[in-house]
Amino acid sequence: MRSQIEGSRAVAETVARCRPQVVCAYPISPQTHIVEALSALVKSGRLAPCEFVNVESEFAAMSVAIGASAAGARAYTATASQGLLYMAEALYNASGLGLPIVMTVANRAIGAPINIWNDHSDAMSQRDCGWIQLYAEDNQAAADLHVLAFRLAEELSTPVMVCMDGFVLTHAVESVELPGATEVDRYLPRFQPRQLLDPDDPVTIGAMVGPEAFTEVRYLAHATQLAALARIATLATEFRATFGRPVAGLVSPYRCTDADTVVIALGSVLGTLKDTVDEMRVDGVPLGVLGLTAFRPFPAAAIAGAIGDAKRIVVLERAFAPGVGGIVTADLAAALPVAGRTVHTVVAGLGGRPVTRASLRDALTAAAAGTLGPLTFLDLDERLLRHTAKEAMA
Amino acid sequence: MTPTRVKFYQTGSFAVGNRLLPADLRAVQSDPTRTNSLTSGHRACQGCGEALAARYVLDAAMRASKGRLVTVNATGCLEVFSTPYPETSWRVPWLHSLFGNAPAVASGVAAALKAQSRTDIRVLGQGGDGGTVDIGFGALSGMFERGDDVLYVCYDNQGYMNTGVQRSGATPPAARTSTTQAVGPEPGNVFGQGKSAPLIAMAHEIPYVATATIADLRDLEYKVERAMALHGARYLHVLVPCPLGWGSTAGQTVAIARLATQSGIFPVFEAEDGVLTASTPIRRHVPVEEYLRLQARFRHLFEPERRADVIDRIQAAADHNIERFHLLSGEG
Repeated sequence: MRSQIEGSRAVAETVARCRPQVVCAYPISPQTHIVEALSALVKSGRLAPCEFVNVESEFAAMSVAIGASAAGARAYTATASQGLLYMAEALYNASGLGLPIVMTVANRAIGAPINIWNDHSDAMSQRDCGWIQLYAEDNQAAADLHVLAFRLAEELSTPVMVCMDGFVLTHAVESVELPGATEVDRYLPRFQPRQLLDPDDPVTIGAMVGPEAFTEVRYLAHATQLAALARIATLATEFRATFGRPVAGLVSPYRCTDADTVVIALGSVLGTLKDTVDEMRVDGVPLGVLGLTAFRPFPAAAIAGAIGDAKRIVVLERAFAPGVGGIVTADLAAALPVAGRTVHTVVAGLGGRPVTRASLRDALTAAAAGTLGPLTFLDLDERLLRHTAKEAMA
Repeated sequence: MTPTRVKFYQTGSFAVGNRLLPADLRAVQSDPTRTNSLTSGHRACQGCGEALAARYVLDAAMRASKGRLVTVNATGCLEVFSTPYPETSWRVPWLHSLFGNAPAVASGVAAALKAQSRTDIRVLGQGGDGGTVDIGFGALSGMFERGDDVLYVCYDNQGYMNTGVQRSGATPPAARTSTTQAVGPEPGNVFGQGKSAPLIAMAHEIPYVATATIADLRDLEYKVERAMALHGARYLHVLVPCPLGWGSTAGQTVAIARLATQSGIFPVFEAEDGVLTASTPIRRHVPVEEYLRLQARFRHLFEPERRADVIDRIQAAADHNIERFHLLSGEG
């Protein structure tokens, strides 16, 4: 059944249907509506047996989830921005211990300067923490990916974050078909933990590992991520069969087959991008769009397959590595043979700046004409820069 | 789990006296079928107070929970010396996550057990003073105020011993550590700093707060049993001398813990719902100097000359404890 529903609410309702047993949360914008809704659902008794733990920090939120998961409970939390950074140490720990926690990240910029609006700096800063990262294009995807995330996490015994753009998705009311409870139960079996804190079979979890085995642990973490590539694709197919609608698995190509130039992006900006490409296609510019749902693991083969013979790649980045350049661009260069292709990085929408069709059109027109530079900051306000420079000198 | 027969040398010094008692009154450690939760072969230093305390605490908690116990451990000596992969000394379900999150992880375990209706299983968190009173303090306070069903045990050796004896918020005044060196006009740790985690725990008005030392192991067992008889957030703070960090000989660990209580510098007490309910009276009162002299971390108070001014300040702190906790009134 379709309903007009806020993104946060859709995610909360979906998570509820996944029957979490422990939900813990520390409030941070723009994640708040998700955990507010879940706290109400738990308090009403609708989710019983489920414990909602109001913790004193994001570090504690992830730590409670770690304890809960190790004790055999399906555990969920949500955060954003500074909160994700505050739990960084625990993120590595959760993945290192192989605990299948699912977390929503309501993507938001990182300060200073403090900024509560959307970009991907938070999740991308944690790209190497061993979690799987899935990015939602719209609120339907945000809801559906949570069901897939629980299944994926528990099959591989590894944690998954579902990233959805803060405010742009979390606070937007859209038409969403919530995953049906019966279908969710069919798709998502009961949690069978790989390791369990159990007095009847005592195990030591979290031992100290020295140089003689640490490399092997990291190698296995990589192997798990690579295994996820195949599983995500399969689970997306199975999702369609169960729920009767598609969910983007690794990547979602749009008009790529005959494209000279393919724009790669993640998250909610894909909608605007597709509209822009449609417009420019009318004018005869052969453009395509490739949305990445999976960022970790990085779906190199799926990307290579989707971009085919495109001569030019434009990577639209919602985060930035100062002193280097585009984060997705760097991964792309490492994963794909780029010889014979031109790769452009366009940094856009940092700290919530709107990414408009007009600006995208300018950048993509320049790309198609071969005049776009290797690194562009979309809509960079030169006047503001001069003003800041003048103040600095005064 | 199946009990194992314990080797005789592990049964503890007061096992012999237990033979005169009826079986149900004997110490946990005197029971040859006790769990032996932290088994032999671990890599603690000779004379480690923490290893001794942990064994008594865990075995007592295992008996009180009828073997239905799960433990969460902060990073620190206890974690490092007990679990060098692929070995483990733990014969109880044991989880180590991070340095600063053991109370929160324990809260998560408790929440999971409640959600799964496995409430017959009890949760015990443990860590050193660094993991408890410093880096894990926010998580500890959160666990307390929510009333999560966890017994948290702090093994207090008054510093970061695992990383090479640095100062913690539990390091006493004047003590030399590698970050409070015995140099300058006021050598060692500064006066007026540090905190009492048990008193702060009491301010949360949780069901049970107690202190103990390894000098009175029967009392330690009793306090674990008492704590396990209650539910909600409970806190046990155990003084565990550290030969490495305190600069004492391995054979004096227990004696030093005893002098800490007999001088009044470490008050032994119990509190319920934030109210002091009992304190252990001092049987043989000694000046703090007897306690300080056995430890190289206080050597600068006696060499090259005796620092009467500093010793007097430490004695004043002990006297204050004696008054505050009624340690000489005989009304304990």
